[in-house]
Amino acid sequence: MDDQDLARHGAPRRAPAGRLRWVVLVVGAGLAVQLGGCGRTSPSALDPHGPGAERVAGLWWLLFWISAVVFVVVCLLVAVALARRRGDRDTLVRRGGGELLVVVGGVVVPAIVLTGVYVVGLRDLRALTVPEGTDLTVEVTGHDWWWEVRYPQDGIVSANEIHVPVGRPVRLVLTSQDVIHSFWVPQLTVKTDLIPGHTNTTWIQADRPGTYRGQCAEYCGLQHAKMAILVVAQPPDAYAGWREAERRPAAAAADPMAARGRLALEGNACAACHTVRGTTATGTIGPDLTHFGGRRTIGAGALPNTRGNLGGWIVNSQTVKPGNKMPPQPLTPEELQALLAYLESLK
Amino acid sequence: MTTVAERTQRLDESWGEAPGLGSWFTTVDHKKIGRRYIWTASVFFAMAGFEALALRTQLARPDQTLIGPGAYNQLFTMHGTTMIFLFATPMLFGFGNYFVPLMLGARDMAFPRLNAFGYWVFLFAGLLMNASFLFGQAPNGGWFNYVPLTGPQYTPKVNIGFYTVGLLFLGISTTAGAINFIVTTFKLRAPGMSLNRIPLFVWAILATAFAVVFALPALNADNAMLLLDRKFGFHFFDPAGGGDPVLWQHLFWLFGHPDVYIIVLPALGIVSAIVPVFSRRPMVGYFWLVLANVATAVISFGVWVHHMFAVGLPQLSMSFFSAASLVITIPGGIQIFSWVATMLRGRLVLATPMLFVLGFLISFVAGGLTGVMFAVVPFDQQVTDSYFVVAHFHYVLFGGAVFPILAALYYWMPKITGRLLSERLGRLSFWLIFGGFNLLFFPMHVSGLLGMPRRVYTFLPGLGWEGWNLASSVGAYVVALGFLASLVNLLWSLRRGEPAGDDPWGGDSLEWATSSPPPPYNFATVPVVHSAYPLWEDRFRERLDAARGSEERQLAGDHEVLRTSELDAEPERAIEMPSETVVPLVVALGFLVAFAGLLAGWYLVAALGVPVVLGGLAAWAWPRRQEPAR
Repeated sequence: MDDQDLARHGAPRRAPAGRLRWVVLVVGAGLAVQLGGCGRTSPSALDPHGPGAERVAGLWWLLFWISAVVFVVVCLLVAVALARRRGDRDTLVRRGGGELLVVVGGVVVPAIVLTGVYVVGLRDLRALTVPEGTDLTVEVTGHDWWWEVRYPQDGIVSANEIHVPVGRPVRLVLTSQDVIHSFWVPQLTVKTDLIPGHTNTTWIQADRPGTYRGQCAEYCGLQHAKMAILVVAQPPDAYAGWREAERRPAAAAADPMAARGRLALEGNACAACHTVRGTTATGTIGPDLTHFGGRRTIGAGALPNTRGNLGGWIVNSQTVKPGNKMPPQPLTPEELQALLAYLESLK
Repeated sequence: MTTVAERTQRLDESWGEAPGLGSWFTTVDHKKIGRRYIWTASVFFAMAGFEALALRTQLARPDQTLIGPGAYNQLFTMHGTTMIFLFATPMLFGFGNYFVPLMLGARDMAFPRLNAFGYWVFLFAGLLMNASFLFGQAPNGGWFNYVPLTGPQYTPKVNIGFYTVGLLFLGISTTAGAINFIVTTFKLRAPGMSLNRIPLFVWAILATAFAVVFALPALNADNAMLLLDRKFGFHFFDPAGGGDPVLWQHLFWLFGHPDVYIIVLPALGIVSAIVPVFSRRPMVGYFWLVLANVATAVISFGVWVHHMFAVGLPQLSMSFFSAASLVITIPGGIQIFSWVATMLRGRLVLATPMLFVLGFLISFVAGGLTGVMFAVVPFDQQVTDSYFVVAHFHYVLFGGAVFPILAALYYWMPKITGRLLSERLGRLSFWLIFGGFNLLFFPMHVSGLLGMPRRVYTFLPGLGWEGWNLASSVGAYVVALGFLASLVNLLWSLRRGEPAGDDPWGGDSLEWATSSPPPPYNFATVPVVHSAYPLWEDRFRERLDAARGSEERQLAGDHEVLRTSELDAEPERAIEMPSETVVPLVVALGFLVAFAGLLAGWYLVAALGVPVVLGGLAAWAWPRRQEPAR
């Protein structure tokens, strides 16, 4: 379904009922196309890649078709009323009756359908509890406006990216350091809030390798729009390799340029907020950068992690993500180049 | 023995208010106050509408920088807050103010001064909240204002103060209005208007008024606690101090979900007033509709947790609220099928008010169906806080309240102004608004399912969201054009519209039994009714005219209304009503000083408001000299 269809769907010409029935059909078909396959790049809830999202997608189609039927029935009744003989100011119809339609349409049928919907909803609610035997746990802590990611069993600390092995359920333990955020990766599972003073648990499982985008779903202030998270699902051996690499402290500087970069990092404001394990940088206000070079994005999904973007971000991230806690960094060009080389080397 | 003409003159003298600017500040006439509510709420609607246009312009394309995040967050917060608190309820209360006494056959609201006071407080609270824009410090925590984001630590500036103090202030007005509706409906009905003959619009207002009385305390408590947290170092919501941010959410939605029905029920009441008139027959299932109104108001207090399914509450409690949220669909279904059955068994007249009702019906059914989806916990958890929910509640609130309000405008404005609106412009406006509305909000279902969260000031390209957002933005401008057409229509009709006559539509309820616009005392003769559709009774007008000679039906001696019994509306006695006075305005100004001082942290100034309020209330309650009994 493209924009032209939409424009036509708003065109004020046909009788409302006929027009709307038509809209339902087109939109239903459009949805099926768009959400099913065409929107490959969308983090679409209806393009599920894990058991949680898959169950909810199934639930959606059930609810959608029930709704479509009810909607069409009501529209048809309205169309019949419109097609019948019209009256005028002086008409007055005095016959009674008609209550049967009210009781059947308004009470009996909804009661039956809603009971069924309720039962299915309860079944799916229970199905979304953390599966027995889930042994991998990741702690996700919300910050203004980024995600801290810890693997307590492995001592891994990262940010804005969760790596998981394909086909295995992973328990997520969620809390917040400041305000309320909400974890939502639509292709994998439903939302769960991150609330200061509370610990919530949910789980994800990706059935296919891939990168699944999510975004904070609870309004959390100035940069709520730029607080994305990626779930990277890897085959078991690739995941094991990633895990081994992440457990280690930062790699030693491979060349003099990177070594100067490390000095720049340790000697400037960077170290006050960021940690790079294996160096003197132990700040905890911003994300841990120990393996920053391997991450896909900068600033919680604000920019792809390229050298140019990173340079711009360091010099003045406020132009990209106004209000974030990282002040502009007055580095000399040489320092900046060295720092970029070092950060890129932190795989 | 006095003549009819003499009695009417006495009514004019005792009910007419002094002309001129003075009476602008002192009026207690429910019709003038109702009109003011409608106009003021329209201005707030326009402001919130322009805010929405700004939001949609910013979101027309990805990565735009027309509006920065700080301004965007203030704009979307004020859009929601204004629409909910300063447009929807005051607008519907405005129609209620104007038409409840008329439909009941009464001469005024039960407490005319309280009515005037309610309007002034509404006006001042609205101005106070919007004054925040002058300082660039408008509320920015969303209309739901979740802590801890809105607590002293994360929003130390005054933005949230305008929200908490403004809403506490406004709550006085809404509560006063609700109590007035309840008492008016129970005590001032025309003789013979037993409970089962009350017009459905009045039933809806009554159910709403009860919901207001029980729902607002939760919001007021919430805001009072937040005020204490922000200003006086309390820790109700601060986890570091032993508080809990989830408490805010429970109290907020304990108010917030009933509030959805507080907005929608009176709007559905408008539909129930219009459908029989334009189907040319009594409503099918009057009894069921009354039951549905009452049931909705009651059940609405048991569904609030469906706004919190992602908070991490126990499954058992979510199962309960899921069930309640599904059950509340049934009274909605009853109303829908009552209207449809009435249309099917009547003869439709497709004038503009009915067009807007049909637009309402289609949109509201769509919004109700997605509403059912939100009662199903796992699906709710998937799409809550995404654009899907934005689509859903605009179908419910725009479809379910704005369309009926527009229908009411076209239906009742001829009564208020005495002039008809243009049908051609009305139809144009309807199709622009209906088409634009669907173009604006339908795509949001899709962008939500495609993973787009709400309340974002921008979005990245390449996520499949661009086309849907562009469509929404175009739709917003089409809707704006539609409103412009109605505004032009209204202004044109005020100058050039054809005279409406007493009863342009062949209406069923008592407001059509008097002139357009009605005289200050509404009815020269107290009407007596024998059914729920008095004007469709045989020879109603003849009987009313015949009663003009009767002294006791005319109550012509004084500034009086007829008090009747609660259940059967048996006449009890005539009671004298208060005349125009400046006291409600003074008390409201006292409150304004007190609340503005509290907001600014100038506690001495705030204290100055207290004696004004107390003095005003003393003058208000001062016993009047009793006239000797006739």
